[in-house]
Amino acid sequence: MAAAITRRVLPGFGLSLGFTLAYLSLIVLVPLAAVFVKTATLSFSEFWAIVSTPRVVATYRLSFGASLLAAAINVVFGVLLAWSLVRYSFPGKKLIDALVDLPFALPTAVAGISLTALYAKNGWLGQYLEPLGIKVAFTPLGVLVALVFIGLPFVVRTVQPVLEDLDVEFEEAAASLGATRWQTVYRVVIPTLLPAILTGFALAFARAVGEYGSVIFIAGNLPMVSEITPLIIITKLEQYDYVGATAVAAVMLVASFILLLLINALQAWTRRSARRIT
Amino acid sequence: MAGVALAVPGPQRARARYETNPAIRESGAVRILILTISLLFFATFLLLPLIAVFVEALRRGWAVYVAALVEPDALSAIRLTLLTAAVAVPLNLIFGLAAAWAIAKFEFRGKQFLTTLIDLPFSVSPVIAGLIYVLVFGAQGWFGPWLSEHGIKIIFAVPGIILATIFVTFPFVARELIPLMQAQGTEEEEAALTLGASGWQMFWRVTLPNIKWALLYGVILCNARAMGEFGAVSVVSGHIRGLTNTMPLHVEILYNEYQFAAAFAVASLLALLALVTLALKTYIEWQVTRQTSRREGEHP
Repeated sequence: MAAAITRRVLPGFGLSLGFTLAYLSLIVLVPLAAVFVKTATLSFSEFWAIVSTPRVVATYRLSFGASLLAAAINVVFGVLLAWSLVRYSFPGKKLIDALVDLPFALPTAVAGISLTALYAKNGWLGQYLEPLGIKVAFTPLGVLVALVFIGLPFVVRTVQPVLEDLDVEFEEAAASLGATRWQTVYRVVIPTLLPAILTGFALAFARAVGEYGSVIFIAGNLPMVSEITPLIIITKLEQYDYVGATAVAAVMLVASFILLLLINALQAWTRRSARRIT
Repeated sequence: MAGVALAVPGPQRARARYETNPAIRESGAVRILILTISLLFFATFLLLPLIAVFVEALRRGWAVYVAALVEPDALSAIRLTLLTAAVAVPLNLIFGLAAAWAIAKFEFRGKQFLTTLIDLPFSVSPVIAGLIYVLVFGAQGWFGPWLSEHGIKIIFAVPGIILATIFVTFPFVARELIPLMQAQGTEEEEAALTLGASGWQMFWRVTLPNIKWALLYGVILCNARAMGEFGAVSVVSGHIRGLTNTMPLHVEILYNEYQFAAAFAVASLLALLALVTLALKTYIEWQVTRQTSRREGEHP
């Protein structure tokens, strides 16, 4: 009932909702629908033939595999970094806290050429890694490094606020009941952080799967070896193979939509459990 | 989906003194180990790439650096980047205000679904963000034949670049405003109307002052992405030097031509933009924290 009253009192509902829907449809929904309309001109067997060629399948393996691994690495180090930022004091903490968002703010092409320069054979890091037999630039390992770079803030920024709001009484209670510090962290802290950690993981993974700019410079882009799925879409477009590009894009879009639903569910879970512990 | 949201601090509780409370403190060695690992990781993966941009840019001296920035193609790339942001950011700002007003201040069916749809561009690969406009406006696309009959060029031209940029920066302002305006409710606006304010007076004097920091925050993030977008713009640009190259695309071309110092020089401008963005973002967060604690001081 309150809703009905509100609608009568405040102005602009029709105008703002109408504009929102029109703008959303024109910019996002109709153009996105074009992917599925174009794909639907293919028969299923034609579609399947395009999206299951060995070269395309190799890109899924790299894009999804490297993204999973990068998100897992970010979970480990992202949680440690969030822990340091919340629980410890050290010089330069505020500056580091601000710089964690660098991958959100730094254009991906800049990150891409900079990482390549660092990990190339004569780069700051590459010159020490290559003699050890570790080639990063122009290999799948380079793809992983770029994806770790762009995914880190997703984990830190989802875990950090939950850790800040975590009531220390639970830890004090565990300690007074005789738990060691490790038992307390493992049995009390980590389970409470789990929804946030999984959300951060899913966000980092979803971003990594679609990432293009930071990856293509360092990847070397060798077919079957270090070619990511977004790049094969570009390659097909440059060969004027619009149908092929669109079919692969449709596969990626469906994967993104599934991830989006998963992330929404995880975020709802994080909010629910945050309410429980604060 | 970008994972950044203006954190409005909750009620200030007596913040536990983590380091002096023995019940919740790790032993000294463990603390040093965690700090060392996390800071080394931070330095290797975030700090080093940032520093490398500036070092590489100045590797061949200031003369080469400045020459790379004042060269005509670089200047036209800078102009196009500024133009793109100058169109895309205000449009998404207006959209963000409209969407947040409708979603936060009114009840209607499908509201949750609409919020999810607004976030959709963040989960779409930038390459696909470019591709969809090729499918709609390209030579082979839905409106392609009609556009070429009328001599209008969208793909491989500036309008396509602007459209792709609007798409990838679409949710930034809306997603900052919606949660804040929902939390603020409708009482203040209703009071203003009851006291005789017109709709616009209510908006300018009540709503806007209440949301100014979150709005600015969204605009800054939107602008950073608009100026730095690479993948989506790359698909629709056609890479015509001096005409359809934005700064990130100009960086790519220079890099692929092995003009590394020049590529990093232009890249360093974009890195400076990122640093300014982060500084403003931190300043806004600091302002919001200050205001929140002051407000709580007034009403204990």
